[in-house]
Amino acid sequence: MKPTRLVLAGLVFALAGIPGTSAFAALKVVTTLQDLASLADAVGGNRIETFALVKGYQDPHFVDAKPSFILKLSHADLLVAAGLELEIGYLPPLLDQSRNGKIHLGSPGYLDASTGCEILNRPVQQVTRAMGDVHPYGNPHYWTDPENGRVIARSIAAKLTELDPAGREAYAANLAAFEGRLTEKEKEWTAKMAPYNGAKIVTFHDSWPNFARRFGLVIAGHVEPKPGIPPTPSHTLEIINLIMTDKIPVILVEPYFDLKTPKFIGEKTGATVLNFYPSVGGLPEIKDYFALFDSNIGAFVAAMKAKA
Amino acid sequence: MRLRVSCRAVAVLMAVGLPAATVMAEEQGAQPAAAPAAQAVAPTSSTQEEIEALRREIEDLKNQIRALRDQVGAGLAPAQPIAPPPPYAPIPSPAPAAVSSQTSNYFNPSVSVIGNYLGVGGSNGTENLPSSSLRESEVSFQAVVDPYARADFFLSFGEEGVGVEEGFVTFTSLPGGALAKVGRMRTAFGKINPLHLHVLPWPDEPLPIVNLLGGEEGWIGTGVSGAFLLPLGDVFSEATVQVLRGDSGELFAAPQRGDLAYNGHYRVFGDLSEATNLEVGLSYGQGPNGLVQGSKTRLEGVDATLRWKPLRTATYRSASFRGEFIRSRREDPLGDQTADGWFLSGEYQLAKRWFTGARIEAAGHADDAAQTDRGKAVLLTFWPSEFSQLRGELRRREYADGETANEVLLQLQFAIGAHGAHPF
Repeated sequence: MKPTRLVLAGLVFALAGIPGTSAFAALKVVTTLQDLASLADAVGGNRIETFALVKGYQDPHFVDAKPSFILKLSHADLLVAAGLELEIGYLPPLLDQSRNGKIHLGSPGYLDASTGCEILNRPVQQVTRAMGDVHPYGNPHYWTDPENGRVIARSIAAKLTELDPAGREAYAANLAAFEGRLTEKEKEWTAKMAPYNGAKIVTFHDSWPNFARRFGLVIAGHVEPKPGIPPTPSHTLEIINLIMTDKIPVILVEPYFDLKTPKFIGEKTGATVLNFYPSVGGLPEIKDYFALFDSNIGAFVAAMKAKA
Repeated sequence: MRLRVSCRAVAVLMAVGLPAATVMAEEQGAQPAAAPAAQAVAPTSSTQEEIEALRREIEDLKNQIRALRDQVGAGLAPAQPIAPPPPYAPIPSPAPAAVSSQTSNYFNPSVSVIGNYLGVGGSNGTENLPSSSLRESEVSFQAVVDPYARADFFLSFGEEGVGVEEGFVTFTSLPGGALAKVGRMRTAFGKINPLHLHVLPWPDEPLPIVNLLGGEEGWIGTGVSGAFLLPLGDVFSEATVQVLRGDSGELFAAPQRGDLAYNGHYRVFGDLSEATNLEVGLSYGQGPNGLVQGSKTRLEGVDATLRWKPLRTATYRSASFRGEFIRSRREDPLGDQTADGWFLSGEYQLAKRWFTGARIEAAGHADDAAQTDRGKAVLLTFWPSEFSQLRGELRRREYADGETANEVLLQLQFAIGAHGAHPF
């Protein structure tokens, strides 16, 4: 009798002694992008711990499959990926070596964040690599539309509830708070961008169709001649002519591209070259999903005002 | 005896695998199938109907927007606790057509072909490579087998024959942090031997692989492999144990079925900073060399790879340094041979598509350690896109037989088909 009780008491103490102040073990969530980690944090609160594999200032197409990521994935309860083959260059081998069946494709611990989002530029004809590094499932930079951010937050909330039913109310409350704030912020962003409705822009890579559509911008061209192909002299000339004839005010460049060609185009045409951040973490002050739009829209509006 | 050992290994593997299978079955039983790979194109006959449907939808949405605007105008909207619906409806994706010929394609493996063309100039009487050759066409088939395993096949087509370079199944959901492979595979000896020719930073295999691991092909074995994560804080640490058939190319020869080859590899990988990481590996292999009853060849190896790649400019600037040392101890009735081989190489990325590199190497002959070959090389690589690569190498090799060969190697590689993972 007594020994059994002792063992039980010991077990209770052992469990209580597990590091961490909360009574429950936080769900370990690994995301590919920092944006997804930020959305997961907003919904999961202190019930989850997040880790993002890709830094916000890194080209999300080219990420090294470092073995240290295998270690992170081996302990994960949930993996949130952007999908649409954005991660095809590094995630499949990491998943295969993760030794974690919970997060394999098709398992409950794998969430494709693109599900339910509005995906643009889905090819309607046969695609070949003569078109450059095209994504046959559509443009994978869809989180640059805050309404898609809302959809992702909802998917994450549903997934967290499925994996951790005890947190149902917390997730629902966090999601409602997030959505409320997002609705408010969307009004603010839309109002700020309203004066520039229909403005034409040039971007380096095709990362911004969702952002442009949401905020009424028209993407007239790209500095890259084809996705993934670096600028060529003849194409740069075409872009210079395009900017001159259409009086395009700004060139948006993702933080991980070389500014040499955009600056050259800017000097020739007078267009403003603007670093535009596709992801949370792109700048130290872009700490969450709201700050991402605050920062980009603030910079865009300032550049446009300076032009006027 | 040895046969029994290998049988036991297989039995253990099965015993470990089966309970895992049932666990996985419970976990994944109710999962829907993966999303269909292809979007079906809507047939033309229904286009008119679709346009009509979309028109109606747009009308509905207009009405909704009007209603919402009225509500906002009346000051009702802020009081509503529920978030308003998105101002536009997501574009409905066309439903996949249930045509049997298409659905049967869903489970086809991803297929890719990598062509490896090599042109060689200069003269070399010891290693007489052809002036122009399609050295290898590597065809790969890769797919998930079931919830517990995936399979990878790499068929290597030379100009004349075909070989199975690798063909194995990987059990990805075993308990205890194990990753098991069964089949034919490039052995996990060192850092270079497990890699396919087309991912190497050179058009040719370095001398220690050629001289000490059985030739250009390196050590390819057939058997079982288990890789385990050993906890070491934030450092990735993995031990691999492989039990393989006892003959393999020119490296091992097994007169009897029970003569097996073994390989063990341990590697640690750590991030020194956000931009820099270091990987160090130790390897030990052994197998029968078939010279006399019970004679063995033992292999020892150390490898290190240091990489530098600042994340923000990762696609423009990077550098990596690697080195490997291999020692071969060959039991020979005419006198045991202990031959050493090593290489050191560096690669520096000059621009988005341009890489330069250099390599020095030396290796004794496995069967005659007194004979040593040496080499130096400089390289320049241009990547027109992620899927093609043009590389030039100026190589000087001083062979033990006294010949010195100065050569130029021009390699063109091109890949079609499924987008594979980027090598790391």
